[in-house]
Amino acid sequence: MSVKSTIFSQFEQVSGEQGKTLAALRDDTLLLESGLDSLCFAIIVARLEDELGVDPFQTATDDKFPVTFGDFVKFYENAAAR
Amino acid sequence: MPPRDESLWRLIARGRGLPGRFLHAAERSVALGELAAGSSLGCPLAELAGRSVLVATDSQLTAALAMIELDGIVRRLVLCPPDLAAEHIPHIIETAEIDTVVCDCGKADLAVPAHLRRVLCNPEIASAQPRRDPHGPTEWVLMTSGTTGVPKLVVHSLASLVGAIRPNGDTPTERAVWSTFYDIRRYGGLQIFFRAVLGGGSLVLSSARETTADFLARAGGCGVTLISGTPSHWRRALMSPAAGRIAPRYVRLSGEIADQAILDDLRAFYRDAGVAHAFATTEAGVGFAVNDNLAGFPAELIERPGEAVEMKIEDGSLQIRSDRTASRYLGPGGPLRDADGFVDTGDMLDRRGERYFFMGRRGGIINVGGLKVHPEEVEAVLNRHPAVRMSLVKPRKNPFTGAVVVAEVVLRNLPGDAPGAALQSDIIAACRRGLPPHKVPAAIRFVGSLDVGTAGKLARRNA
Repeated sequence: MSVKSTIFSQFEQVSGEQGKTLAALRDDTLLLESGLDSLCFAIIVARLEDELGVDPFQTATDDKFPVTFGDFVKFYENAAAR
Repeated sequence: MPPRDESLWRLIARGRGLPGRFLHAAERSVALGELAAGSSLGCPLAELAGRSVLVATDSQLTAALAMIELDGIVRRLVLCPPDLAAEHIPHIIETAEIDTVVCDCGKADLAVPAHLRRVLCNPEIASAQPRRDPHGPTEWVLMTSGTTGVPKLVVHSLASLVGAIRPNGDTPTERAVWSTFYDIRRYGGLQIFFRAVLGGGSLVLSSARETTADFLARAGGCGVTLISGTPSHWRRALMSPAAGRIAPRYVRLSGEIADQAILDDLRAFYRDAGVAHAFATTEAGVGFAVNDNLAGFPAELIERPGEAVEMKIEDGSLQIRSDRTASRYLGPGGPLRDADGFVDTGDMLDRRGERYFFMGRRGGIINVGGLKVHPEEVEAVLNRHPAVRMSLVKPRKNPFTGAVVVAEVVLRNLPGDAPGAALQSDIIAACRRGLPPHKVPAAIRFVGSLDVGTAGKLARRNA
């Protein structure tokens, strides 16, 4: 599974678990408008660390903090490639 | 409680007939009666009168013999737990003004400075007519089991240590054979040692060199009737094929929170045994025991002025005042009791209906986005899942909430339980039904085992 599809399925899984309505995810969807709250993002980051073996939020990089879903995917793709 | 001027040996010798009562260690057994006509110590007891003694033996058996022989003779008796880091020994010797070290030529001897008097303790009791003239009350000093830093030195007396025990009070139809997974140089194990030697029974000592299975087989062979350990000890025991080698009539848990799952498991496995969980700490002493097979304890135990053990709750933490509490710390450590004589246990309670439940340690709280989580309350829910044997909950750093809760889980390995994504989801779903969202583990990892420290408690890095 690609990094993008792994992230996509975690967004779907966690929003379902937490009873949130997930917005249609496009690359330009703002994370703040995705329908997820902080706890959802916290869980997604923790699960992605287990699935992808990286937590780009804890490794110092030059990447800016992701704002859109596309940024978020790129953030992980860059970290996974390092 | 015994009179304050009675030595441990006199209390033992006065109890039910010494013949037929033993200290059973992995390496050998010693009959308590041998001490009536002999000594384990390599010098006359009179030479040790008034001294400050560090008991730094390798074996629990020699430590037990030294405790029996030295109480009432020496001024101070400091018990070295088996896992004491050698680097702490100079500090302890200085703080406790140690002038004599009791050893048994085990590896623990190495770190002791050469200028101190050494006395050998030998489990082969040498025939002698030991003069056991009491010199005065002995201060008993125990070490706390903190995972990091210098252990605190906690001062007890024989009276405070045995305050919860009625000497020869019960008259069991059969002779009691006690055992404990604990090391008897720690508070929990020491309580069982006193129950055995003052209650007219024998004691089966555990050994760090023995597997859980070998220990259970040996305890079963000695006919153990009463046995204690932490919930972690017991979860391990139930994972062992040797769990059925003992047939106790009393099973006791202490030292960690006893959740409903482990109480139910023990009752189902040891059908003829009463199962009780007790609350005690090195500083606060024995608080109470709960015998109704339920986790937590009845709310009516709190705020009963005039009882032998008085308990109250301040800022969520259990406070205890009784004559079983320690009196002070030796050296640094601050006051052990407040101005009213209460010891703050740091164990946090939550009231649900007519019962209080232990939530965890004050210092162990995980902060998830400003909301508090006690790892133990999450573990209690995880352990209720039919596939889960034991679990460890810990924080993981997180950019969105500061931290999230994650769990490591040991499975029971029941047929049909594959450690995969489906089981992970099922366990998380069970947590969601029993916990608010921020307490549900964000991630679960299946592990083969969890680290249990020498004090029998689940190793928590942040505890």
